[in-house]
Amino acid sequence: MESILKYLWLIPTAPLLAAGVGALLPRRLRRLSAGLAIGAISISFLLSCAAFLATLHSGRATSNFRWFDFGTTSVQLGWVLDPLGAIMAVMVSFVSLLIFIYSLGYMAREENFTRFFCFLALFAAAMLGLVLANSLLLFFMCWELVGLASYLLIGFWFQKPSAAAAAKKAFIVTRIGDLGFLVGMLLLYAKTGTLLFYDNGNGCLDPTAAAGLVASTAIALLIFCGAVGKSGQIPLHVWLPDAMEGPTPVSALIHAATMVAAGVFLIARVYPLMTPDALQVVTWVGALTAVFAASIAVAQNDIKRILAYSTVSQLGYMMMGLGAGGIAVGMFHLMTHAFFKALLFLGAGSVIHGCHEEQDIRKMGGLRTRLPVTFATYAVGMMALCGVPLFFSGFWSKDAILDAAHHWSGSQVPFYLGLCGAFLTAFYMTRQVCRVFFGKPTTAEAEHAHESPPVMTIPLVILAALAVLAGFFGTPAWPWFQNYLEGGRAGFDLSNLMNEHQLPVMLLSTLLVTAAIVWSGWIYGRAAARPARETDPLEVAQPTIFAWLQNKFYVDEFYDATVVRLTVAFAKFSDWLDRVFLGGLIKAVCVLALVLAWLDRAMDEAVVNESFDAGAETVRASGRSVSRLQNGQVQRYLRIIGVAFCGLLILLLWGST
Amino acid sequence: MTTPLANYLILAALLFGIGLAGALARRSAVLVLIGLELMLNAANLNFIAFWRFSPHPEMLTGLMFVLFSIAIAAAEVALGLALVIAIYRHRRTAQLDRFDSLKG
Repeated sequence: MESILKYLWLIPTAPLLAAGVGALLPRRLRRLSAGLAIGAISISFLLSCAAFLATLHSGRATSNFRWFDFGTTSVQLGWVLDPLGAIMAVMVSFVSLLIFIYSLGYMAREENFTRFFCFLALFAAAMLGLVLANSLLLFFMCWELVGLASYLLIGFWFQKPSAAAAAKKAFIVTRIGDLGFLVGMLLLYAKTGTLLFYDNGNGCLDPTAAAGLVASTAIALLIFCGAVGKSGQIPLHVWLPDAMEGPTPVSALIHAATMVAAGVFLIARVYPLMTPDALQVVTWVGALTAVFAASIAVAQNDIKRILAYSTVSQLGYMMMGLGAGGIAVGMFHLMTHAFFKALLFLGAGSVIHGCHEEQDIRKMGGLRTRLPVTFATYAVGMMALCGVPLFFSGFWSKDAILDAAHHWSGSQVPFYLGLCGAFLTAFYMTRQVCRVFFGKPTTAEAEHAHESPPVMTIPLVILAALAVLAGFFGTPAWPWFQNYLEGGRAGFDLSNLMNEHQLPVMLLSTLLVTAAIVWSGWIYGRAAARPARETDPLEVAQPTIFAWLQNKFYVDEFYDATVVRLTVAFAKFSDWLDRVFLGGLIKAVCVLALVLAWLDRAMDEAVVNESFDAGAETVRASGRSVSRLQNGQVQRYLRIIGVAFCGLLILLLWGST
Repeated sequence: MTTPLANYLILAALLFGIGLAGALARRSAVLVLIGLELMLNAANLNFIAFWRFSPHPEMLTGLMFVLFSIAIAAAEVALGLALVIAIYRHRRTAQLDRFDSLKG
């Protein structure tokens, strides 16, 4: 434990170093830059595994250090090694490693390959730093760094105006949440005087300190604001679907598996600060987001956008799990989701790659036989996301959330919203898989689609295996994950699976999922082979509702009409203030200065210069007249000397008489 | 019957005046040099005359002085003529009024 704690800082530093070196490498050193990034993340992964093994036996260890002093106060940062951070570090570094390798294939023809890996390594460094930070301040710094990396990577193809706009949107929208986070952090500091999480009983999350701390709902909600922005919860979810403009590995790593889960992780990390009231808000926001985003996903046609809305919806589930069930419930879904959603995104990337950069699911179809590996792994991911019972991780983690919501004291509505979301999830995923993989190809691109190289398919296979296996670590029969996080020992007990308060929920969700898959398969299985321009069967049945869903409930339009317009108006007003008022003031001062300067110049020219000129002219004139005497004629000098001598003689003679 | 001192002095003064006039008025550098020699010889004549009429003519001071003066005059003329030749070579003329490059 002690030894690994000493090297804990290496986990984020190794990729950071790779990013720094990568930033200096010239563009043509592609292999070196990718090798650096992958090597660094492998080191992080191995160290994370060692850290994880260390946490299996002992609880929590911290290493704090002083950053700087001001006055008598010193700002402390630190690293923490506990089950929550360790499992997250293993997950982040492992998924990063796979996605880095996948990027080798996906970005093979990219010109700015070196830059891409530099950014990816920067992201990994910041994310691992965030996971292991023992100070809210360090957490916040890494939080902003992952935001920066996300901005850089969404806008990786910044030549495309849509990508540049999406990057800007992501940055600004998350910044709104971060402002709340920052204010909450400052309030917390004002109240506790420390931002360290754990500090031998003096940290703000230490149980002993928490007793003295009057838990404040305001602080909890402000910190939750940050999580809302980062994790794409209502009402700040708008940036996440647009973020799909970035390269697909980025979508998989940042906007599905890790960074967007940072908000959930934040809530899990500061769980002791969360008051019951705050948790109620968390639950409600999560539940609403889960259904809201899932319903939008039903009507989307872009393969990545569907997954993006699905991510938003699943993040809602995690929030709901945190609010209703506790850390373990939310974090378990975070883990399983990271694997199967990374898998789905990478699978989507493989499909897009195979179809020559086509993203519209209406223009695909029949890819089952053309991309067999991708299809098999995608199907695993899809079933895990839908929550197909018993063998897929999504089932166990989602069931834990639904179970927690069912037994939540606050209200039953989130539970029903969750069921609704589960139904919709299964529906849209089946729709997507039918459209993409079944039926006949609808375009020439789909007709000539090709399977991706092994460097891309092998990560898919590994992730598919994990999407199945990860679930078994947290079943009600063997709740290893929950016990690991809460520091207990897991026992295997099959009867937990069968007791009366688990079984009905499981059966109900199974029933709903099956119904959704069958119904959706029935609708879209038949429609799959139809030409791309044909309207969606749902649109035929319910055109109004479908239009609302397709336009994402007009949230973007609503923001455009209200927030954006207000901001623009205010900006125009500020611009006017700046130009007319402040500008006028400055112009007046300038004119005054000009007048003064003109006066000064006149003074200078008329008085100082003139007098000096006159003086100089006098000296020059006298010099000129005197210089006439020295004409170089030796005889003239001699004559003058002679005349002067005579004059002197006469004077002396005359004077002496 | 000896010639009185005044006669010598008048002769010397005349000689000096002629020399001075030559030095001041002549344009040719050679003639200016000749004028200078005349003035120098006038001074020498004065020396000899004053020595001859001095209370102790047996002491050869004046004579010695003049001998030195003549030697120096010879050297001076050699130097002066060398200068004139050098100037002439340089400017292809020895007219003094053409040399005014030191004017202010």
